[in-house]
Amino acid sequence: MAQVFEPRLVLWLKLSALAVVAFFVVVILIWRISIAPHPSIGSPVEQIVPFSHKHHVSDVGLDCRYCHTTVETSAFAGMPPTDTCMTCHSQLFADARMLAPVRKSFASGQPLRWNRVHDLPDFVYFNHSIHVAKGVGCETCHGPIDRMPLTWRTATLEMQWCLDCHRAPEKYIRPRDQVFNLHWRPPGSQLILGKKLVEEYRIHTSSLTDCSICHR
Amino acid sequence: MFHKLTARLEGKPIDATPPSNDRGGFWRSLDEIRDAEVFRDYITERFPRFAAHLNVDRREFLKLMSASLALAGMGACSREPQEEIVPYVNASSGRVAGEPRFFATATTMGGFATGVLVESNMGRPTKIEGNPTHPSSLGSTDIFAQASVLDLWDPDRSQVVTRNGQIDTWENFGATLQRRLAALADKQGDGLRILTETVTSPTLAAQIDQLLKRYPRARWHQYDAINRDNIYDGTRTAFGETLDVRYALDKAQIIVSLDADFLGAGNARVRSARDFSHGRGAADGETRPNRLYAAASSPTLTSAMADHPLAVRAADIETAARNLAVALGVPAGTPAEISDESKTWFAACARDLQANRGASVVIAGESQPPYVHALAHLMNHALANAGATVTYSDPVVAHAENQTTSLRELCRDMDTRGVDTLVIIGGNPVYSVPSDLEFKARLTAVPFVARMGLYEDETSAACHWHLPATHFLEAWSDARAYDGTATITQPLIAPLYGGKSAHELLAWLVAGTLKSSYDVVRDYWRPRLGTDFESAWNSALHEGVIAGSMFPQRAVALKRDLSIDNRPPPASTDDSSLELVYTPDPSLWDGSNANNAWLQELPRPLTKLTWDNAALISPQLAKRLSLENEDVIELRLGNAMIEAPVWITPAHADRAVSISLGYGRTRAGRVGNGRGFNAYALRTSDAPWFAGNLQVRKAGRKYALATTQHHHAMNGREVVRVATVDEFERNAALRGAQQHQATRAASLYPPFKSDGYAWGMTINLSTCIGCNACTIACQAENNIPVVGKTEVARGREMHWIRVDRYYEGKPQAPRTHFQPVPCMHCERAPCEVVCPVEASVHDSEGLNVQVYNRCVGTRFCSNNCPYKVRRFNFFQYADQHTESLKAQRNPEVTVRMRGVMEKCTYCIQRIANGRIEADKAGRRIRDGEVITACQAVCPTQAITFGDLNDPASRVKAVKASPLNYALLGELNTQPRTTYLAKVTNPNPDVTAS
Repeated sequence: MAQVFEPRLVLWLKLSALAVVAFFVVVILIWRISIAPHPSIGSPVEQIVPFSHKHHVSDVGLDCRYCHTTVETSAFAGMPPTDTCMTCHSQLFADARMLAPVRKSFASGQPLRWNRVHDLPDFVYFNHSIHVAKGVGCETCHGPIDRMPLTWRTATLEMQWCLDCHRAPEKYIRPRDQVFNLHWRPPGSQLILGKKLVEEYRIHTSSLTDCSICHR
Repeated sequence: MFHKLTARLEGKPIDATPPSNDRGGFWRSLDEIRDAEVFRDYITERFPRFAAHLNVDRREFLKLMSASLALAGMGACSREPQEEIVPYVNASSGRVAGEPRFFATATTMGGFATGVLVESNMGRPTKIEGNPTHPSSLGSTDIFAQASVLDLWDPDRSQVVTRNGQIDTWENFGATLQRRLAALADKQGDGLRILTETVTSPTLAAQIDQLLKRYPRARWHQYDAINRDNIYDGTRTAFGETLDVRYALDKAQIIVSLDADFLGAGNARVRSARDFSHGRGAADGETRPNRLYAAASSPTLTSAMADHPLAVRAADIETAARNLAVALGVPAGTPAEISDESKTWFAACARDLQANRGASVVIAGESQPPYVHALAHLMNHALANAGATVTYSDPVVAHAENQTTSLRELCRDMDTRGVDTLVIIGGNPVYSVPSDLEFKARLTAVPFVARMGLYEDETSAACHWHLPATHFLEAWSDARAYDGTATITQPLIAPLYGGKSAHELLAWLVAGTLKSSYDVVRDYWRPRLGTDFESAWNSALHEGVIAGSMFPQRAVALKRDLSIDNRPPPASTDDSSLELVYTPDPSLWDGSNANNAWLQELPRPLTKLTWDNAALISPQLAKRLSLENEDVIELRLGNAMIEAPVWITPAHADRAVSISLGYGRTRAGRVGNGRGFNAYALRTSDAPWFAGNLQVRKAGRKYALATTQHHHAMNGREVVRVATVDEFERNAALRGAQQHQATRAASLYPPFKSDGYAWGMTINLSTCIGCNACTIACQAENNIPVVGKTEVARGREMHWIRVDRYYEGKPQAPRTHFQPVPCMHCERAPCEVVCPVEASVHDSEGLNVQVYNRCVGTRFCSNNCPYKVRRFNFFQYADQHTESLKAQRNPEVTVRMRGVMEKCTYCIQRIANGRIEADKAGRRIRDGEVITACQAVCPTQAITFGDLNDPASRVKAVKASPLNYALLGELNTQPRTTYLAKVTNPNPDVTAS
């Protein structure tokens, strides 16, 4: 029996099948890249003032709560008003060109506009204060912030990432008094300590994965 | 052939020349061509840029469309936008970013204050709650207070000063005003008139007094379309002085309402509802509920709550009052004959009143003539109620004179050219003044009319100057409650559109200089708050009331020469003639709320109509005139005529037609314009509330109305359970046992367990007055959109809690029952098992949650819900474009997108906040710490919410009542929301007969 398809045609068919597959791969890649949160993990976000957490935390030794004042009381951690910056910068680096926007804001009364580094979707309700109260360290989500000359994101902030901890908080939580310590390491096994803390802090793991914990 | 055929079919003369057509020869009808030309002209005129593209052929059209679709698709894949954080420049004290703050202030209606706490989210007022320390709120509010926050953000509010319709400036107005005032000063203010709404504000009254001192020949008029003229005239008739009357309904065992709607209208409606429900008892079988007799022409919330409603024409209430008075031994002349049915009613009523001397109350309605009020006072005195359940005080309204008389004088002076400068502050007289006074025509004769208002409305259009006013959340002021208690109303936000307050305008008029309303109000109170002004001021702001400002009770004595018994009996009304009754619209009131979409879409308590008013008639009258719902009728009164659609309303007085005021606005704004019909067109100053000799004619067409409740039958199911107090006492235990059995039937599913919290709710049908406050509070709290009349007509309204209304008994004299229906949060929820994407799921605390980001919009859940409480976003109902409306939204609740199902969440955001606060403190949520929006607003506290796992919680105790039952419990859905059966307390004598 004669060949139904000539070899040449078969080659064509194979190539076009490949092309179709390649097309879909490319489309899916483009789609994934385009929906990826911006800015991506590890790339610093451009800001009006190139603020360095590294300098303020590691070199100067400021506590997180000096600027993020409401992190223990409110859903929002708080961003420092311009006059917080000016408590030091009216004296230190008072003429630095880099700080011109801060001085301008203080003089004119127009607020500084910072670009968000961590941005959750609008149907997600995150509360800083309860996480801090239950022993989730700043570093756990924000990474080694004290080593960041400019600020970037270290977590995906995807739901799976949230659930990783909500399903098994013992993997991450630390004693309450170590929440703001960016160099804390578990003295022994994290899991053993974590389980003890889950018990002690009365973390209701059964309800932590309820949809209604984060979505309203 | 083709041409001829088409032309013949259309019945048009055959055109000899075939029509020319750009694109070849085929066409279907002459209309097609004509339309094409009209369309082309339209496009050229309206969108000249697009006219060139009209010749796009099919191929090109497809190309363009595919390109735009592809681009739109790509657009949807764009990255999320970079968001900003904008901190303060200077840290303000006491403000925690992300946490709401509450400020005490007051809303006013008809001049009277209701104390409120306004929630401010980062400086944006978003939600209003009642102020527990304020006497007319006690923590609750009503639909008007709830909706008032939307007015603040209304994009249609007036935003600029206008002069003869042209944009102008405050400076120019000031200069013009200075010139006029200089001229006025020379003639001692002769010709200067101020027209305001009813004023209880002590500061404003003092300012006006100052003005009148400076310009002694000037005059001040107050006018509200819904005013207290009859009440004040009534006390003048009975006691010879102007008094405000207060009723202690919680102390009254027998309450008789003579067309008084103390639950839905009146200056103390929220407080009255609380007191009334208090007297209604917990329906626990221990306290005997009070008994309410209510005679009404058009059914009201009060008559709907009555154990003994009586539908009588408004004009016959006087006869009824006389009969009652005579039965109580009060000299009231010879009463006219009344029907047998009424006789039994009045006899029973009189016996009950006699048996409860000092613990009963007779209340006459604002729409009844002064004579009826005087009779009510006489009866209350004869029954020793005065001083016990009825108390009197000096009038709360400043200069409480008869507003209609005052307005007539203004009109008379306008005719005689005695008015050359008229300043109108608030109100909307061109729209709401009775038609016989022809206010608009008279206004045009006045040389200078300046008008301050929240909207550029009908009145502004007829004035020379329009000045944008501040909303009550934007300016300092003060106001008194029904008992005289004063509240400083503090602003929560700077004026959005550069408006000014009445105080600032008055200060300008008095002193010729601008003075901020803050200074004006403080200067008034400085000498009146004692030695330590600052701390007294701060405490007044914090508490929302000025301590000790309540008006003391007054001892009153009846006039000696009352001559009430020699008043001739009212002219016997012709049986065949019809009566026209004007009622305040349950939502729009006098029309001032016409542009409030929440109120427009709020189903009226009894008719369940939205977005329109209608001519309400009784079923008997409808039968006699062979009218059906939505038939348009002509209502003719004298020379005036309006057309209105009919709505047949059970419990309506026969031979009467009632129409509500407030509709038919022409310059209300985008929401309110052109809706309904204007009842003011028939209203006259002689008969502001009801008039006889109404002519009704069928117009022969229909007008579609949008109602939210289409059927009122319970189809044999015990949807609403009602028992008289005697029945309840006889077999309460039995009923309870049956009910509990029914809700714990066997099931294939494992029982639902909540170990932590188990949220549950009860709704007490005995005390629910059907006022809809829960519906609108829920709307404000949960960012619920409005959908418009067309969508409501399709049954797509979005309210998470609806109030169903059922009738029991004969259609002409039924008893009315209300039943609020939110999501039942079934433990075995039928919605959950049908959701293909698990968007409808249970959480561990027993909440049936709807996960918006999972929902794909199959609507299976809604189809499977036996309670029909799920709401679907068929379109993008939530306004995403109007900037000012975004500011009103609750930041704690997601704004839903098109294609998403939503429903009551038990205010999950409030639970979450309560849980977080309790968790941080390492304790459980306390009972009463989480209060849902509907629970908080409810004037009668009919709703109880709490944790069923807390043995000491109130909701647990309430659920233990034998009256507790599950709605459609036989379906074994095991709802967390349950109802307490309604217990009524009818007089056995009347029921037996």
